[in-house]
Amino acid sequence: MKRQASLAVRRELIGFAGIIERNTYLIRRFAWWELAWFLYTIANTLTIVFIAKGVEAAGYQLDVNRETIVLLIGAVVWSYLGLVFEIETETVAWERWEGTIEYTFMAPLSRPAHLLGMGAFAVIYGVLRTVLLFGLVAAVLNVHFGHPDFLAAALVLAVSSLSFVGIGMMTAVLPLVSPEKGTQLGFIAQGLLLVVSGVYYPVSVLPQWMQWISVVSPATYTLDGARRAVLDGAGPVAVWGDIWPLILTGVIAIPLGLYVFSRGERYAKRHGRLKRSG
Amino acid sequence: MSAHPAVEVRDLRKEFIRRDGRRNGRVRRRRVAALHDVSFTLARGECVAILGQNGSGKSTLVRVLSTLLLFEGGSAHVFGIDVSARPRAVQRLVNRVSVEASFFKRMSPAENLSYSARFYGLTPRQTRTAIPAILQRVGFPPERRGEPMEDLSRGMQQKIALARALLTSPVLLLLDEPTTGLDPRSKLEVQELVRNLRREHDCTILLCTHDMAEAEALADRVGILHAGRLLALDTPAEIRSRYDAATLEDAFMAATGRSFEDEAEIESEVHA
Repeated sequence: MKRQASLAVRRELIGFAGIIERNTYLIRRFAWWELAWFLYTIANTLTIVFIAKGVEAAGYQLDVNRETIVLLIGAVVWSYLGLVFEIETETVAWERWEGTIEYTFMAPLSRPAHLLGMGAFAVIYGVLRTVLLFGLVAAVLNVHFGHPDFLAAALVLAVSSLSFVGIGMMTAVLPLVSPEKGTQLGFIAQGLLLVVSGVYYPVSVLPQWMQWISVVSPATYTLDGARRAVLDGAGPVAVWGDIWPLILTGVIAIPLGLYVFSRGERYAKRHGRLKRSG
Repeated sequence: MSAHPAVEVRDLRKEFIRRDGRRNGRVRRRRVAALHDVSFTLARGECVAILGQNGSGKSTLVRVLSTLLLFEGGSAHVFGIDVSARPRAVQRLVNRVSVEASFFKRMSPAENLSYSARFYGLTPRQTRTAIPAILQRVGFPPERRGEPMEDLSRGMQQKIALARALLTSPVLLLLDEPTTGLDPRSKLEVQELVRNLRREHDCTILLCTHDMAEAEALADRVGILHAGRLLALDTPAEIRSRYDAATLEDAFMAATGRSFEDEAEIESEVHA
């Protein structure tokens, strides 16, 4: 019995690694496209962070360096969240398009191992890209960080990944339910999440009803924690106030994401939505 | 496992909901049965071909046995395991080759085989030797295993699809029109691979096709599936005799009242 259980766990871990292996092949095969997308992300991020200098040039007084970092963190978190959602959602859509989804769904790989494998890949690839993006843009703008605690910022981002992966699982179900428009709806979820979370502005400027929603958005705590760590040098203990809500939302979001996906999968299997022609 | 038939399907019923125009501004929907109380048994090691036109329910049957579709009525067991109650256990025993060689087209055959083998618990150490061996077995040139799938011919892609299925050592192999669209040479090669597979492995095969010659050449028994109903299942000789027909094609036409040229019509009636 114990041996059977350990064999089952081993199989799941091999399958989990298989998902990471597959996505690594895909990134490698589309390396030039990835580079092009990364260049676009840099340009997009620069467009946002230059706003601080633009405001000063317009005659308003502000701490340009500080505001640049505030905007940079917002843009980088947006990019990270976008990548996690994209990998979770678009891989399902891509698999549908190629027709491989039927082979993935008929394989003896549990859905948690499948989805968490995609989530793990998204986090690894996302963190690498985010660090590179942050470093490059900060270097271009010659930003002075003072005494930042990058380790605490990384910790906040790592913990927030749990929630983002969980929400990503929920958006990944959309291409199963709506093969034509599901992927686009994933982008809407990303936008809605960030608009209430103070991505480029304090949450306090939002209407009251949006502020209430911001309380349950993990992105709110990610942005707040990362900004306090980078701008004020707050350590892991000081950002605990942001970390515990992220742990809580992560603990809720992942099982909820798995549940939502399993319901979507059941719907797709009931209505024959897994096959390529829809 | 051996005490049970390889496949046992009883009164299997699968329905889809289809749009049926509008009435008073509201979309009308109707239930269309893709499989009507289908019952049959496959013995272990047997090869059974199911003949049917497009839309007759062949692919639906394969998808049900692959755990890709949930069904509304009846039961389906693979080596005694209930497909709907224990899908994971069934998935370990089954693999499939379908009409479309579905792969990540930019990835190479070796990459496609490698990651999909992981889903069945094969480690990198195992696939390092198993993939070249299986590619050799299906007659795939080793120097092309790093090329993107999109650069390979349909015949080559179908060989890789067969290799993907064989890599996981399935005891039930579901072949859903595996030679449709292939040139005559590739078709014969794939058929020869299936014959070899039967000779060398203890593998049960369910072959869905609309190629009468292929069914007669490969299968022990032949079934006729029409509009979701299994009209007959017997040896080719018995089928011919039952419908007093000289060929399997004549028997099919006598059984269904249609020729294969009527596909478009039937597809609009029942589409799975």
